[in-house]
Amino acid sequence: MTDPEGVSQEVLARVVRDHAGRLAACLVSLLGDFSAAEDLVQDAVETALRRWPAEGVPDRPDAWLFTVARRRGLDVLRRESNYRAKLAQLPWVEPTPKDDRLRLIFTCCHPALSLEARIALTLRVVCGLSTAQIAAAFLVPETTVAQRLTRAKRKITEAGIPYRIPADDDLSERLDGVLAVIYLLFNEGYLSSGGTRAQARDLVDDAEWLASLLAGLMPDEPEVSGLLALIRLHRARGAARFDDREQLVLLADQDRGLWDHSAIEKATALLVRAARAHRRPGPYQLQAAIAACHAEAENFDSTDWSQIVVLYDMLLRLAPSPITRLHRAIALRYAVNPEAALEELKDLDRALDDYPLLHATRADLLRALGRNHEAREHDERALALTANPAQQALLEERLNWTRPSP
Amino acid sequence: MKYVLMFVETEEFAKELEAMGDLEREEAYAAVGRWFAEHAGKITHHTHLAPVHTATTMRLRRGGEPVVTDGPFVEGKEVVTGFAEVEVADLDEALRMARSWPACPIVEIRPAS
Repeated sequence: MTDPEGVSQEVLARVVRDHAGRLAACLVSLLGDFSAAEDLVQDAVETALRRWPAEGVPDRPDAWLFTVARRRGLDVLRRESNYRAKLAQLPWVEPTPKDDRLRLIFTCCHPALSLEARIALTLRVVCGLSTAQIAAAFLVPETTVAQRLTRAKRKITEAGIPYRIPADDDLSERLDGVLAVIYLLFNEGYLSSGGTRAQARDLVDDAEWLASLLAGLMPDEPEVSGLLALIRLHRARGAARFDDREQLVLLADQDRGLWDHSAIEKATALLVRAARAHRRPGPYQLQAAIAACHAEAENFDSTDWSQIVVLYDMLLRLAPSPITRLHRAIALRYAVNPEAALEELKDLDRALDDYPLLHATRADLLRALGRNHEAREHDERALALTANPAQQALLEERLNWTRPSP
Repeated sequence: MKYVLMFVETEEFAKELEAMGDLEREEAYAAVGRWFAEHAGKITHHTHLAPVHTATTMRLRRGGEPVVTDGPFVEGKEVVTGFAEVEVADLDEALRMARSWPACPIVEIRPAS
């Protein structure tokens, strides 16, 4: 047992995450019933979260969790004699040589489930988050998350969603769906970090953990490595993203001495290795390459903006999106000039009118051209649209700076 | 598991079909025929419905006379044109079948018993 005094929430979360998914995978294989297995795991996880802070983390957390799940299973599945027999035979599930968590991930991220359900299910089943933790991370009521999970589990059982790794011809499409869930978690966590939600669960950490698990299980998929590198490159700059007052610091103003340069080096190496070994570029590898360009620049002015524009062009060819065009326009400002960037934004109004960054970017470009009065209007529009406190604070500060003198 | 694939036609698709020449339409029907032949081992039953303008709907009311109206139960731009009942291992297999369906652009897949 570890010293109970030393069990922080962080350690607890990590231990649970390392074992809950594995236990879920074993129990689903064993019982052949996703929903029943998941209930048992959740129960074991909740018991652990209740008892470990006082008792300390057991030496074999996996065996501990299994014992609790098994006892609970024998109890609740009294009427399901079939399950009982299977559970009773097993004193302890030996970890299977092949990691079943891959099947678990593909089932949780099945396209027949809504995106919200996929995210909640992945966090709960693969990462071992409790319903309350998921609710807190997404700022939704616990009952909403509980309903979402119940509905998703029923759909898995009743619609016959298989518990298996997709067949080869479906794999690349289905893998895209899994990566999308991880990317969304990362984005959600990245944007909400700092600010007034410093206490919330670090979803970025869960996203990195999932990407890293997936990269270990699917070493021949360069996009998985690409996504992992992307997440790590962003995290490596984390210490410089917020100032002492928890205000967001823009890339141009960040203290690059605070960046984790060894992490940047490793993530870049991972990306280069994946790209060279497979020569199959994809959206995540390209985004990681862009992040690497930023991370490797000694200062903002020495950033290789032309290279970044080229990478955005490649990205737009593979995955056209107005948000990517917006980012390309920002790069164009430095590679060419603000006028060129402003020109690029013209076509984006219809698609991105509700997107605060479009208005904030336009304001920025107008300011760079000395058109402060017009810039204010767009800052105000951006402020009205953003819900993120850190972004809001940044825009408010700008408005104060540029307020016309009385 | 047993599933029913419901084939759903859109207004746009109906128009395209109408605009086809005889030869083209024949080819479209032949493609559907090939799909059924290819999956014959998994299809336990299938039905093609007559066009929606032939539909009649009856609404039963507790204690009152049923109301009969002309047309489908829900007026919309998307109408069900047929069903195939299939026996496959799981949803993924049903999805794979639906993916190669060569005709109307929407297929709803539902478990059935």
